[in-house]
Order: sequence, then structure tokens, then C-alpha cells
Amino acid sequence: MDPVAAKYIGAGIACIGMGGAGVGVGTIFGNYLAAALRNPSAAQGQFANLIFGFAVTEALGIFSLLIALLLLFAL
Amino acid sequence: MADPIHQFQVVNYFTLGKVGSVNLAFTNSALYMGIAVGLTAALMLGAGRQLVPGRMQSIAELAYEFVADTIRNTIGEGGMQFFPLVFSLFMFILISNMVGLIPYNFTVASHIIITAALALLVFITVLVYGFWKNGLHFFNLFVPKGIPIYILPLVVFIEVLSFLSRPISHSVRLFANMLAGHITLKVFAGFVTLLGSLGVAGWLGATLPLALTVALTALELLVAFLQAYVFTILTCIYLNDALHPGH
Repeated sequence: MDPVAAKYIGAGIACIGMGGAGVGVGTIFGNYLAAALRNPSAAQGQFANLIFGFAVTEALGIFSLLIALLLLFAL
Repeated sequence: MADPIHQFQVVNYFTLGKVGSVNLAFTNSALYMGIAVGLTAALMLGAGRQLVPGRMQSIAELAYEFVADTIRNTIGEGGMQFFPLVFSLFMFILISNMVGLIPYNFTVASHIIITAALALLVFITVLVYGFWKNGLHFFNLFVPKGIPIYILPLVVFIEVLSFLSRPISHSVRLFANMLAGHITLKVFAGFVTLLGSLGVAGWLGATLPLALTVALTALELLVAFLQAYVFTILTCIYLNDALHPGH
């Protein structure tokens, strides 16, 4: 296979990992919303935890994006 | 039609001199960083100190209270010594993102070198302050309590790895969000001109991507604020590790 083509295919495959992060972030915000509707008065206190969980989960998606960017521009 | 990457081009305005083989240049990136700092300074210094705040002072007090509350909730009262650092980071990222959203303006955070420098600043602050304050007890950060001894090596390995990957995810998150958001905006704006060149039928079709561009700008406004907040709260959480390394 042409190495350039393989590079682009590899970058595309690496982006699949972001789907997993999408599921994770959706789970976090969905569960937060469900809990916030059950107990709205406690929701504000957990907002920092929500953002922290979101950031940590999103980091994994960012790593796969990083691999794609490295394949496209750095290697 | 200009390509969607064109907006991220760093233009050299004038060269101040040379350090080794590196040009010390004043670029559009430097100009917009200066604008962000200038706007922040104008907001905070021009706010005034009235007992009954006006509009400017309300905004300034809102920003102060917002960041101060974030620090108090994540680190506690002892974290207020880091308030200048955290507040500067928040205002710089927020204002530069907001300025970048105005068409024809440059987004500072869309370059990884800028966000990496900010993230490394936080990372090195955490390392230096953590070792200065706690000495070798700072390594407690990597050893969670109540873990069975036989899986402890694995847990410590993962903790060290996640600690070292912090500056990467911290910087790439902001950079990737800004980059992807602005490319999406420009691609949809490109559809408008592309359809508009087709004549009257094209103009009708072009209203759809035009409306989407407006909606996406609103979304980007949210993202610009959210990413500044995420950067701030992660900074607070990392600084909390430096202050209280025991889990």
C-alpha cells in the first residue's frame, strides 16, 4: 500500500476512538441531568464534579485525536 | 474561496531581532495576546470602586466572584494564594476566545504552542509548589490509601502515567476545541458563498447554511466560555493536588 494512503487511513481509524469518548461524555451529562431533575437543589453543588468527570473522560478522546493529528502532520 | 485553515496562519508583522537562529518576531498571534491582556486590564482597572457598582464594575465583580468560588469549592480557602494565577489564566483564555470569535480576528488558543505553554506553566507550578510545600510527601499523590498491596504497583504506575499525561490533555483539549470549532464555522460559511454563486436558486439554498453558521457561532460562544472554565477548574484540581497530596 502507498505509505501516504496508509497514513490517512490510519488517521481515520484513530478517530474511531473518539466515539468511545462521545459515549462516555453522553453518559456523564445524561446521568447528571437525570439526577439534577430528581434533586434540583443538590445539582449546583455537583457542577464542578460534572466538569471534572467530563474533562477526564474527554481526555481519552483527545488522545485518539492526538494520534490522528500526529499521523497527519507530524509523522 | 479561501480554505478553512487560512485563518490560523501566523503572519509576521515585524522582526525585533534574532536569538540564535530564531527570529524574535511580532506576529498577529502576539498582537491578539496583547489585545486579550489589554482588554482584561481595561475591564479590571476601569471597573471603578463604587459602593453601588455600575455595569463595568458588576462584570468585573462577577468575574472575580466566579473564579474565587471555583477556587474555594475545589481547593478551599488555602487555595486563594493561587487566585492571581488562576484568574489570569481564566480571563486570558476567555477574552482571547471571545475576541477570536469575531470574524476576521485571530484565535490565539487555536495554536498548540500557546496552550502547551499555559498547560506547562500549570504543570511546573504544581510540581515546584508540591515539592516545596510537601517535600517527598508529594509522592503520596501516587499512592492511594486502602489499596491491597498486590495491585499497588499497577495502581502507582497508572497514577504516575495519568499525572504525566496531564499537560498533554490539558493543552490539547483547549487547542482542539478551538481549532475544530473555527474550521467548522468556516466550512459552513464557505457553503454560503458556494451556493450563492449559483444564482437565485442558490441564494434560497444558501439561507440554510447561513442560519446554521449563526447557530454554530452561538454554540462556539458556549464552547469558548466552557473551555476557559474547564481549563480553570482543571488548574484548580491540579493545584489542589499540590496543596493536599494525600488522597
